[in-house]
Amino acid sequence: MMNEVILIVAIVVAGVSGLPGLLTLRDDRSGERLATGLITLAGVLASVAAVSALVAESPDELGRAWHVPGGRFGVHVDALSAMFILQIAVLSVLGAWFGLEYWPQRDHPQNGRKLRVFYGTVTAGMLLLVVARNGVLFLAGWETMALSAFFLLSTEDDKPIVRSSGFFYLLAAHAGTLCLLAMFAVFEVATGTLDLDAWPAALASPLRDAIFVLALCGFGLKAGLMPLHVWLPGAHANAPSHVSALMSGVLIKMGIYGLVRLTAACDAPPLWWGETLIVAGAVSGVLGVAFAIGQHDLKRLLAYHSVENIGIIVMGLGVAVLGRSLGRPELVALGFAGAMLHVWNHGLFKGLLFLSAGSVLHATGTREIDRLGGLLRRMPLTGLAFLVGAVAICGLPPLNGLISELFVYLGLFRTATLNDPTWLAGGLAAPALALIGALAVACFVKVFGVVFLGQPRTPDVSLAHEAGPLMLVPMALLAATCVFIGVGAPLVAPVLDAAVAAWVGTAAAPLPTLGELAPLLPVSAISAVLLVAILLAGAWIVRASRATPPPELGTWDCGYASPSPRMQYTASSFADLIVDLTGWVLRPLSHVPRLDRVFPSDASFHSHVPDIVLDKMLIPAFSIIRRIMTWLHLIQHGKLHIYLLYILGIVIALLFWWRSM
Amino acid sequence: MPELVDPILVAVLVLNFRLLGTSRLRTAINASAMQGALIGLLAVVMHGALEPRSTFIGIVAFIAKGLIIPILLNKAMSEAAIRREIEPYISFVTSLVLGAVATAAAVLFADRLPLAPEHVGSLLVPTSLATVLTGFLLMVTRRKAITQVVGYLVLENGIFIMGLCLHDAMPSLVEVGVLLDLVVAIFVIGIVINHINRDFGSLDIARLDTLKE
Amino acid sequence: MNYINIAIHLALALALPPLALGVINKTKAAVAGRLGPPLLQPYFDLAKLLRKSTVISQTTSWVFLAGPAIGLVTVLLASLFVPLGGHVAPLSFEGDFVLFAYMLGLGRFFTILAALDTGSAFEGMGAAREATFSALAEPALFFGFLVLARASGAYSLTAMLGPTVLATWTAAGAALGAVVVSWFIILLAENSRIPFDDPNTHLELTMIHEVMVLDHSGPPFGMILYGASIKLFLFCALIIGLIAPLGALDPWLAWVAFVGLVLVVAVGIGLVESMMARLRMTQVPALLIASCLVAAFGAVLLVR
Repeated sequence: MMNEVILIVAIVVAGVSGLPGLLTLRDDRSGERLATGLITLAGVLASVAAVSALVAESPDELGRAWHVPGGRFGVHVDALSAMFILQIAVLSVLGAWFGLEYWPQRDHPQNGRKLRVFYGTVTAGMLLLVVARNGVLFLAGWETMALSAFFLLSTEDDKPIVRSSGFFYLLAAHAGTLCLLAMFAVFEVATGTLDLDAWPAALASPLRDAIFVLALCGFGLKAGLMPLHVWLPGAHANAPSHVSALMSGVLIKMGIYGLVRLTAACDAPPLWWGETLIVAGAVSGVLGVAFAIGQHDLKRLLAYHSVENIGIIVMGLGVAVLGRSLGRPELVALGFAGAMLHVWNHGLFKGLLFLSAGSVLHATGTREIDRLGGLLRRMPLTGLAFLVGAVAICGLPPLNGLISELFVYLGLFRTATLNDPTWLAGGLAAPALALIGALAVACFVKVFGVVFLGQPRTPDVSLAHEAGPLMLVPMALLAATCVFIGVGAPLVAPVLDAAVAAWVGTAAAPLPTLGELAPLLPVSAISAVLLVAILLAGAWIVRASRATPPPELGTWDCGYASPSPRMQYTASSFADLIVDLTGWVLRPLSHVPRLDRVFPSDASFHSHVPDIVLDKMLIPAFSIIRRIMTWLHLIQHGKLHIYLLYILGIVIALLFWWRSM
Repeated sequence: MPELVDPILVAVLVLNFRLLGTSRLRTAINASAMQGALIGLLAVVMHGALEPRSTFIGIVAFIAKGLIIPILLNKAMSEAAIRREIEPYISFVTSLVLGAVATAAAVLFADRLPLAPEHVGSLLVPTSLATVLTGFLLMVTRRKAITQVVGYLVLENGIFIMGLCLHDAMPSLVEVGVLLDLVVAIFVIGIVINHINRDFGSLDIARLDTLKE
Repeated sequence: MNYINIAIHLALALALPPLALGVINKTKAAVAGRLGPPLLQPYFDLAKLLRKSTVISQTTSWVFLAGPAIGLVTVLLASLFVPLGGHVAPLSFEGDFVLFAYMLGLGRFFTILAALDTGSAFEGMGAAREATFSALAEPALFFGFLVLARASGAYSLTAMLGPTVLATWTAAGAALGAVVVSWFIILLAENSRIPFDDPNTHLELTMIHEVMVLDHSGPPFGMILYGASIKLFLFCALIIGLIAPLGALDPWLAWVAFVGLVLVVAVGIGLVESMMARLRMTQVPALLIASCLVAAFGAVLLVR
């Protein structure tokens, strides 16, 4: 009871955090400080509620009657909700502090206050929806979150690209909500109520396949599962960076939360549910990272990586669902723990990456990777933070990405060694996960190498300066958490066990703990040893190479008289090999200048990887629909009396039809 | 005075034909006004003793439909300075014939409806259906916006007659509310007609279809 | 936990790899009709490099030196997971194959970053190629792990390459054969051997690995060479684990047999390198994808 009350207070505080700022003047700093303080308070309260729910879950929920038809104000914090609440709290608070320096009111008088208002409401919406126990309340939180996110995305709505990507997000979000409304309608037909406690009954009824498909579409649109991801790259690229961090780190996980709640209630799901999730996750992962490699806009690239990581999370969830279908508790534990830990991990390292990308954007004014270079000298701390995030997202030891991917790998390998025909799903997904990891390495090596290493490619870099403490501290905290989870995995395991137990429900048989299934102690020991060994080896090599002071030389240039920084490998050249290989799905466009005269003038070359789902499938489909619809113009001619004739005709027809019944 | 019901209903039916046949706007407005006044009277005399509720409704209907609305319409008409209706989409004769067909159909149809025992055989339901169809006919076939408004009024008259059958079941608040709606609607329509005339220079609704783009 | 075995394991992993490299070079020279460098030349090269001074370009940052350091550390740690000679590896637990692959991935990550740090187009080219080709090689490696996991029912390298291998050869030999072929191709690719790369020439147009380390010198370069040889050794050990069930032998005999087999595999690599020419760069992805498909085919064969 106390947990829920504290959480409701947190929701309210977060929701109103931006409102006092509206009453201040445009260039007044007190509004933003107050907003940040209130968000911090809300985050602390929410974390307290979540932690106490993880320790000792309150048995019943906080419920009040509500005059909305079918609705009931029921709120309950269980272990699953607590995991998501912690993530929401951490990322929104850190993002708010980052925003104090990244988007200060005095630099953005037009939209700073609007940003803070909707930042608060999006946090409140998300906190509400993860604890709602009634369908109407859930949808209320969902819509609050979706609409606030729209306003957040279009913060800089004086730019046409921001407006169009925001509008696109709105379309996708509402398509998703439409699917969810349909799902809840089917839910009510199946069970007769909209209370989420009736999930088990709904999923035992014959309508459960329809519910699953609708939920997959609706929640998949929010989560960004391919091919429903088309809104993600534009939206995350054009939003302010701390908003992108919040969206990529937390908002898309709300789709995952929905799928988790749905599958939690089903004790014996059909086999094809788990297989579909695994396949969808694998496709999303591979295509997400393939598209990411072709991008040259820093934030768009990170957005495509979100698509990839959602694929990994869904794969883990699929393994867990498959485990429940087949009655294999080790699959359930490994798959679900992998999915949940990856939810956390992705929030952490994607938040870190977006924040450091924001720092780069703030310092240089451009998101184009090919215009940057050599930033590590000017922004060493931001570069280090980005490096930590890059190593984490590739799943490399000793950081946290490895732990969650290890769980998913173990789950997939166990699936692949079954004797059931379902082994094929796991059997193909495990090498797909390996491919995802290796392509992610390729992509992040490209990004870090081109942006931070080498020499500056354009003068954009010349004014770059390191970020201030308000921007560096959130990044440092996130990086430290990544290292902590990577090295201290056994400390996190009990939380994950509680989450798995909450997912499976109290009626099921006791599950094996993660400590028994996965080699957490050896892995964390090895990670610690690795860290220490790297530091020692680094120290040794620095000492050995500085033993004699090195001559000041440039890089070996193979005899070129004066190599320029523009001759360095660009991001597009780096990615060219892979983009060529995957050209049949990526379909890159290049504009190659024709040089056909003896003394050619200045020319330029661009290459671009469009989003194939958007450009090759959705837009042509909509054009065809529009052409068909022009045929309907025949009945829309503007003549008032004919419209009235339509009404008369329908009334008479209704009279006859009713008469005949 | 239940024996007055039938003559009043017959008078309403005759006024329908007057509306369908005339080309002069003032005649149409007056005819609809008279129809409204008759219906108000009908409300009063339908129940034998002078019941306070039905009397109240009848008087309100009489004032609203018989006095206020025609005054508003006439004001709108004089500001727009129009007198005559132009040739409708179907000729006047055809309108009359269609109106007769509609009335016959209404009478035949009403026999087959499952009515309450006190209304079977009475002219109430056929008259109401015929008036509704007349209103529709006016709206669909006439060119000037004001005639369409008159058609709308006739439609409302027909619905009001049907409502009188349900008099015991409907609370008076509903009927009075409907009448209030009607008055306000006509007021607003008057303003709109004025503006249409000013902006488009005519009230021919054929010109209005450019609004669809 | 047999401490003697662990000690021998570490000793072999630290000392044997340059010898394998020497054997390969000697084989190639013998096939070409030359005397070739001495067998112990790689050791002499490493000792020489440790004595030399380092030249560091002004363009680079700390990442340039971190590359060799992390490369060597990760390869050394990865060597602790691989069972040598049928004995239990020093670090063996469920899922250690994932750690093995990803540890090597960490080394690759920083090696490529060190290459990009120099700001030279040549290193960038090598880095791009290395990133692409290793991305294509990973799935083949994991398909092989999948086959082994299914065959042995265990999820650690020691158990996968352990006693069940002999039984699997008789029961589903074709599957293991496919994995051996696939892994041999991966060995050639990951260690920059012909037909993927030419370790002898230093022309930037033909190189993958050689051009990435173009700017390194002195002790860091020595670390790189040493790490590369250990990586080659580890892949040889994996293949030996597949083709020779040494676990059935007496432990001491198994060690001796293992050393012999490493040299045999090195000779084999030398022969393959002598008989083939380097592939055109555009054909390299095709060969890697082919190895991936062969391993997948092996997985399918195992199921039937």
